[in-house]
Amino acid sequence: MSIKNPMFTNHVIKIIEENYRVKTLEIGHNMQSALPGQFLMVWVPGVGERPMSIGNSNPLTISVADVGKVSKEICALKVGDVISYRGPFGTPFWIPEKNSSENDSKAKQNILVIGGGYGIVPMYFLSKIAKENKINSTAVIGGRSDKDIIYEKQLFAVCKEVFVATDDGSRGKKGTVMAEADFLIKSKKFDCVYACGPERMMHTVAHLCKEHGVPCQVSVERYMKCGFGVCGSCDCSGKTACVNGPVMSGEDALNLPEFGKAHRDAAGRLES
Amino acid sequence: MSNLESEIFGEKMKNPIILASGILGTTKASLETACDNGCGAVITKSLSIEPRRGHEGPNIVETEGGIMNAMGYPNPGIDLGLKEFGNWKRNEPLIISIVGKTPEEFATLAERVEENKKQLGATAIEAVISCPHTPGYGTMVGQGTPESVSEITRKIKDKTKLPLIIKLSPSVPGEGKAAQAAEEAGASAINMGNSLGPGMKIDINRRKPMIGFGVGGLTGPAIKPIAIRCVYDIHRSVKIPIIGTGGITTGEDAIEMMMAGASWVSVGTAVYYRGPTAFSQIAKEMDGWMKKNNYSSLKKIVGAVHDVHKKSDVY
Repeated sequence: MSIKNPMFTNHVIKIIEENYRVKTLEIGHNMQSALPGQFLMVWVPGVGERPMSIGNSNPLTISVADVGKVSKEICALKVGDVISYRGPFGTPFWIPEKNSSENDSKAKQNILVIGGGYGIVPMYFLSKIAKENKINSTAVIGGRSDKDIIYEKQLFAVCKEVFVATDDGSRGKKGTVMAEADFLIKSKKFDCVYACGPERMMHTVAHLCKEHGVPCQVSVERYMKCGFGVCGSCDCSGKTACVNGPVMSGEDALNLPEFGKAHRDAAGRLES
Repeated sequence: MSNLESEIFGEKMKNPIILASGILGTTKASLETACDNGCGAVITKSLSIEPRRGHEGPNIVETEGGIMNAMGYPNPGIDLGLKEFGNWKRNEPLIISIVGKTPEEFATLAERVEENKKQLGATAIEAVISCPHTPGYGTMVGQGTPESVSEITRKIKDKTKLPLIIKLSPSVPGEGKAAQAAEEAGASAINMGNSLGPGMKIDINRRKPMIGFGVGGLTGPAIKPIAIRCVYDIHRSVKIPIIGTGGITTGEDAIEMMMAGASWVSVGTAVYYRGPTAFSQIAKEMDGWMKKNNYSSLKKIVGAVHDVHKKSDVY
């Protein structure tokens, strides 16, 4: 009998070392339904299960930072090993329909994608789909220093422009992603702005876009357990991040008092 | 709209649909959302003495006709929990769920609720003694026997005057006896139903049980016939009212559960199948069914099957 959300098990077909702690795993699975912003619940038997952002649908791709006991096991996988996961879950980023007038080419859309840290991963997937749909994507990515920047080459291949910012200036401009994004949002015209990364950064982006009347989408980050809207672990001010999100309009996210301000741990305790 | 109005311990409810404990319910805001989405009353996630992070995942996996979970009672502990849920201002009654390892722990938890009664705005306490997948709690330590039910109920009632609901397991034979023990010891209602089992799902590709804890409790449409039978039996065993829990996914399911003897239904896994607004969808379907069948209120529905199916009948 069929079920809605089976556990998939497939082989790892390629591994790319992105930097000192992030690996990209390509899986032998064409997950046609997977969209940018959605996530998988990746299972390591006997260890645990964690949400992972989807970096591509064919081949299904995730990027994993070696930061905890589950991600450590995933980072230790070799080509040919099997990996198990459920999904895709959550709301995706979406590209708003433009009221295309007489000429489609004149109505070509421009989007801005802002990725902080691992938030770059879905931004690449989104820009790739944008390019396939003849939409111009401009990317701003950043991290602490040179060694934290991932997916830069991939982004160059699908974006019109890529801006890089690092806190210490070891790559691109010295400064935060936000400083660069702030300049772009104020000086250029975008049909939609997308942000994925630390919630404080997304909160700032959402505010800025609201001020400038630019549509915006962000990805709420919460501790997740079931992934499909039942257990309530990922609650963000009454919204369930795994089904009402993770992707929400900036305006909806700003209506949630906890967005960008506080998280809950596995026990549901509020932490700022 | 037919009259779906109900009440619980003197508090009005817009409908008899209650958010089941453990589904959503981590925060006060999520309970408020459930009310906005059609619940007539809400039950919090179960609060234990100490904070609990719960079991490692996978915590919930889908199986045929339902889902299986082993959450392991994640909660911030009674003190933080009562702060979280406190100052309840909604019209929908709030029920605080407590879970203890021993009758003494249940007594302590009840005492905390009693001490914070005014600040909380809660209508009742639900004591859950029926979880099938958490070491130290529920059916794993035999809390479902009539003796144990009686002791836990008595210890809680010694500490609080709030109405007490005892949540029984569909996995322990002789639910009727356990319900009678609760009634005699002073419980105000029975919540007949929890996840069934434990069950196990093995991932044949990994040759491992799929749930992090190994086993989990089954919920959803698959367990509905068992839940209905349990409520049917309990309705014949006790006079106190019953919340029917287990697999209620549609309005027709809710009507069926109420005909078996439930005064209210609690709903959880339906949100998996029908999304966060499952409650209002169920209410609308109940209304539609009642209109079509000329029922103007719920009164004639509760226990209706027993009027036809006489006591002398053996099923």
